[in-house]
Amino acid sequence: MEKIVVCIKGVPRPGTVKVDPVTHTLRREGAELMLNPHDRPALEMAMRLKNRYGVPVVVLSMGPPNVVPLLKEAYALGADEMILLSDRAFAGADTLATSRVLAKALERLSPFSLVLMGLKSIDGETAQVPPETAALLGIPSVINVREIAFEEDKVLLIRGTDYGEEELEVSPPLIVSVTTKMDYLRPPSFKRILESRELSPKVFTASDLGLSEEHLGLKGSPTQVAGLFERVREAKGEIWEGDPEELAGRLIELLKERGFIKS
Amino acid sequence: MLSYNLTEEERILIELIKRIGEEYIRDKALYWDEREIYDPLPIRALADADLFGLIVPKEYEGLGMGVRAMCLAVEWLSYFCAGISTTYAASFLGAYPIILFGNEEQKRKYLPEVAKGKKLCAFALTEPQAGSDAFAIKTTAKKEGDFYVLNGVKQWITNGGIADIYIVIALTDPSKGARGASAFIVEKGDPGFAVGKKEKKLGLRASVTTDLIFNDCRIPRERLISKEGMGFMVALRTLDYARCGAGAQALGIAQAAMEVSLSHAKKRVQFGQPVYNFQAVSHTFAEMAMRLEAGRALVYQVASYIDSGAKDFSGASAMAKCFATDQAMWICERAIQMMGGYGYMRDYPVQKYFRDAKCLQIYEGTNEIQRNVIARELVKHYK
Repeated sequence: MEKIVVCIKGVPRPGTVKVDPVTHTLRREGAELMLNPHDRPALEMAMRLKNRYGVPVVVLSMGPPNVVPLLKEAYALGADEMILLSDRAFAGADTLATSRVLAKALERLSPFSLVLMGLKSIDGETAQVPPETAALLGIPSVINVREIAFEEDKVLLIRGTDYGEEELEVSPPLIVSVTTKMDYLRPPSFKRILESRELSPKVFTASDLGLSEEHLGLKGSPTQVAGLFERVREAKGEIWEGDPEELAGRLIELLKERGFIKS
Repeated sequence: MLSYNLTEEERILIELIKRIGEEYIRDKALYWDEREIYDPLPIRALADADLFGLIVPKEYEGLGMGVRAMCLAVEWLSYFCAGISTTYAASFLGAYPIILFGNEEQKRKYLPEVAKGKKLCAFALTEPQAGSDAFAIKTTAKKEGDFYVLNGVKQWITNGGIADIYIVIALTDPSKGARGASAFIVEKGDPGFAVGKKEKKLGLRASVTTDLIFNDCRIPRERLISKEGMGFMVALRTLDYARCGAGAQALGIAQAAMEVSLSHAKKRVQFGQPVYNFQAVSHTFAEMAMRLEAGRALVYQVASYIDSGAKDFSGASAMAKCFATDQAMWICERAIQMMGGYGYMRDYPVQKYFRDAKCLQIYEGTNEIQRNVIARELVKHYK
């Protein structure tokens, strides 16, 4: 089987990020970045496949230079090679503009058997990038996968659906988004943490990928964030006092009225 | 309150141990203690993090670090759960004989798997009639052609049943007394080797302790470490190296006990103020902090001394173990007292620290024996 690529994202640590008041996008440079928690299952899945089948793992991330520590974290978890996709022009990208960049980068990294991504990020939470990137590349995508095996030239997968599970057999290459729930996530290796201090990722810019500005970043994003607001819940409660039996009767009437009980 | 001039690698090590403690240990420690459960998951995490290779030489896929690094790892693991750190540290106790006295074949056969955390080790010296009087062991190892046949019982062995590699000290020549013992590598699955029931302990309940039973246990002669007659040399030298580890465990437990009780004392209001304001309480914490720091300074000074290549450190390591473990027991007892009723309740961790700390005064050489060692060394220094 050809190599595995894992796409990871740096997300702001909750509580440390500010929103740009004009563009409504996140001011990522100032914020404290952490590895998107849902990417860890993707990395874990990749390492299990590497240990079982001996396939090398490349980790890649689109982001500003301050995601380099996250790439090193992925190296410490077992990734063999680190790639950073970094360019001012990438900033403010929505999921489509992001997927264009990832798709170009993945083309550059071809051949690969499998691309693993987290189910979603904790900042955007769209879950769109895995299937979007696959569509741009013209390869299949399988979402919410909890188990992967290689058998000869096929990839066997088990994924969770809304109603249960299904088993699939797919010809590589394909993109997989990994379940958020895994029984065990390994910690980074001390040896590899020490090694990663001397290493740097390979960097690709927009021109390295052959991408022009109108497809990138904020300008290249067909969706724009119109506004960000915190949902305020105003609990309107009523307090009824009186005889319990009477109140019970009143409550049942109210529930019937509101359609919660069929009369 | 004191800095120990940690190297960058040492700082990274501590960060990693803390991370493992937070992710795999902290929320479950009290539960494992309550139910006396050995959970292999944190051990697997330590293995995946390459931490079982800390003191294994680099040529055998280890990290080649020293006693100081081992103590830092053990101290911080103990902060989260001393039961887990016991499983971890006891594996080093079983690995040291191979590292210090093993031949090239033995090192190449066993150490890489130990470093990768694929095989846990155990160290078996104690027998029912031979605790502090280690020379009273009766397990025999009779040479029969290309094999040794072991017969006897080892008592209270940490990692019994979960380890794959057991270093067993047995008598090859009972007539020679102390010079008649030899060290052997017994592997799980060797014929005639069985593990007894899991012991029910006061503390360190997440760790597994069992008897080992040798009933015509037949092992190939290549399993002999060093030469016949070197058994006690191997055992005592191994204990010299590992002793600081027990001291480090004490530091981690005491640190946790002090922090939890201090945090409580700052919040608990009686007679209109936090109880920390009362001198009886704040002075107790001052005393705790002093004793803990003194223990820490001693353990790490001895660890650095050993790492610098010292040959004669039995007395120093005995001091580190004895002092730190005695202080930990004192600190834990006071920590319960400072928390009052809350200290006594099993919903709170302080009582667990107290029960865990007690074993440290007993194992790896009781503190009475440690004092014997110090006394013996003392006359060598002050003639």
